[in-house]
Amino acid sequence: MVAHLLRLKLALLRNGLRRSPWQLVGMAIAGLYALGVVSTLIIVLVLLRNAGAETAHTAVVLGGSAALIGWGVIPVVASATDMTLDPSRFSTFAIPMRQMLTGLALGGLIGIPGVATTLVALATVVTWSRDVLPALAALVGACLGVMTCVVLAKVVTTATASLAASRRFKDISAIAFMVPLVLLGPIVAGVGRSVSASAGFLPEFARTLAWTPLGAPWALGGDVASGRPAEAAVKLLVSVAVLGLLAWCWKLLLERALVTPPYAGAGKRRGGRLGLFGVLPATPAGAVMARSLTYWIRDPRYSGSLVVIPLLPVVLGFQGTQTGSYGSLAFLAPVSAFILAWSISADVSYDNTAFALHLATGVRGVADRLGRALACTAFALPVVLVFSIGYAAFTRNWAALPGQLGLSLGILFTGLGLSSVVSARYTVTVPLPGDSPFKKPPGNVGQTMAVQFVGMMVLMVLVLPEGVLLAAHAIKGNVLFGWLNLAAGIVLGLALFLAGVRLGGKWLDARGPELLAQVNVNR
Amino acid sequence: MTAPIPDQASNSGPMAALSLRGLAKRFGGKIAVDGISLEVPAGSFFGIVGPNGAGKTTTLSMATGLLRPDFGTAVVHGVDVWQHPLQAKRLMGILPDGVRLFDRLTGEQLITYAGLLRGMDRAVVAARVGELLAAMDLTEDAGTLVVDYSAGMTKKIALASALIHAPRLLVLDEPFEAVDPVSATNIRSILDRYVASGGTVIVSSHVMDLVQRMCDHVAVVARGRLLAAGTVDQVRAGASLEELFVQLVGGHSHTEGLEWLRTF
Repeated sequence: MVAHLLRLKLALLRNGLRRSPWQLVGMAIAGLYALGVVSTLIIVLVLLRNAGAETAHTAVVLGGSAALIGWGVIPVVASATDMTLDPSRFSTFAIPMRQMLTGLALGGLIGIPGVATTLVALATVVTWSRDVLPALAALVGACLGVMTCVVLAKVVTTATASLAASRRFKDISAIAFMVPLVLLGPIVAGVGRSVSASAGFLPEFARTLAWTPLGAPWALGGDVASGRPAEAAVKLLVSVAVLGLLAWCWKLLLERALVTPPYAGAGKRRGGRLGLFGVLPATPAGAVMARSLTYWIRDPRYSGSLVVIPLLPVVLGFQGTQTGSYGSLAFLAPVSAFILAWSISADVSYDNTAFALHLATGVRGVADRLGRALACTAFALPVVLVFSIGYAAFTRNWAALPGQLGLSLGILFTGLGLSSVVSARYTVTVPLPGDSPFKKPPGNVGQTMAVQFVGMMVLMVLVLPEGVLLAAHAIKGNVLFGWLNLAAGIVLGLALFLAGVRLGGKWLDARGPELLAQVNVNR
Repeated sequence: MTAPIPDQASNSGPMAALSLRGLAKRFGGKIAVDGISLEVPAGSFFGIVGPNGAGKTTTLSMATGLLRPDFGTAVVHGVDVWQHPLQAKRLMGILPDGVRLFDRLTGEQLITYAGLLRGMDRAVVAARVGELLAAMDLTEDAGTLVVDYSAGMTKKIALASALIHAPRLLVLDEPFEAVDPVSATNIRSILDRYVASGGTVIVSSHVMDLVQRMCDHVAVVARGRLLAAGTVDQVRAGASLEELFVQLVGGHSHTEGLEWLRTF
């Protein structure tokens, strides 16, 4: 039975790859990345063989604990659990619980994260191959550690499954997770500084961790190598007990989950509130704009990227406090303009097959394009204005404002025009409606990257005039260039905006059905 | 081939509401629809039946402008769907099967959106949305997001979106799937009245009983081909539609064997 489950998992993986060659490409890229990380870690671990026992012990315990935390936290916040072997799908087959648990746990090792963790954990055996006994202890520890990782992930995901299935939780957690992710730089810098300020603290920290369930399995090899067999024995007991406890919890949770379907509660609400549909003009373009704006607020895949914008000045400002120069804040407005304008380049991919409604109602391509672009403009324009003026006020350099504003508006309008063209013709792989913003379905990775890369190149060429004028202003110091830049950004940008909406609309009219067929593949 | 101009066409007496000529589509190596020609008379309640994977959805997608055919034409009330898509879509209300909805809108917003996309007046849309919600028994849930609807409610809200512009032809792919009996009866009576006042309805289904009771015309499709078409009485010729269907499609051979199933 266990072998059956493993074979099923492998078959699912293989068939998934067979669906499209692009999926294979995506898997290969992820695999290469993992290979790079894994081989670096393995080399480090092999080199640690010749390092002092204390150093090696510290590194292995800290790394192992981090891996355990990762396995416990990432599946929940990213809602990116691998559900190919979702236990509830087996509820109609009478599989004995014990065999199902073993099968699912081993199945969790199949896949890039599982294989990578296993390989790195086994490399710790090399680190402690200073003698036979330490190597043996390390091997036991590695096996225990890896199994604890997998079972911990299963426990956490099973426990939060019913919570995570509720739409409201998914929406909120996805957006909330965005914040630490964006602030990762400052957080890492802060932690790194405090750690380096107390370098002597790390071995102490590792010794403490080694007594906790997080570090115990990873400490076995080091303890034996340093001649502390008694401590190793206690830690072995701790690790085995923790693994057993986790497995028992998982079993209980699974038994409960199999008989309680996830709760999908939502109260009834009468109508009467049309929201933006009652405010914006009652034209097709106005309706598309109202729909897009509603989605910018209600769909975490959109609002997730909106949350990033107010955090940008925080990140760049933090960089300023670190380096003492706030020069990078100059990029704030142009970068925000780019992010927001480019964000609608995947609009039809985000619609997925709901786009069929636009096709069925025969809305003109131009109206579709214009509505989406205007929805983005509605908040992107104020953001760009506030950031540009805010930067000028912060640096008290009002002379630079016209140029800065010209470049930012140029990027915004040109980018919106270009996005309107791109999303009318090319689909990219994006999270499906209702999924977490972090959960990209595999597939079509090649086209996604090609579209993104070429699109950005084209955008750079299109805003070249504004860029050149900005450079001219910076070099010559003549304010005239700044004002010219403002004029260019607005006039040229708006011209390209309209041209993009026109062209995108034409393409959409001509190739709507093909576009629908493309998003249908990404379903 | 010259496509008739809409205005002339609508003046020239009774004609087919939908006329398919040699529609064909293939996906990779698989031929999904293999040359289907079909006349749907105006004012008929037309059922398309066929086993799973027969090509019903593909055919209807090509007939309604959602999927470009490899070969063949589709003409709605004299307007070629693929030559004049915008005019043709004005005449049609479509309920596609297996596509998502803009489900982060409330039910009320979604129907309003469908109306406004078709360029309708705001006041007209508002009045019709209210009536449609009442007819579909969704008034109590009008302000709930569609993503939180049950499967049947979702079907009903999609149907309401297809009706908002008072089309002359309704193309409904599996309209009764997951819909509860009370709502199904309501929807049927709406459709009956619609047909009685001159509209044309095409429904696809694999529930023979339903089609036999509801429709006056029927077409049987299997493996991408049209096996029979006509009025229900013509096609079934005394037998029940289900018997005829199994006979036409030829799937009745597998009930031999399985003796072990009786040995528990």
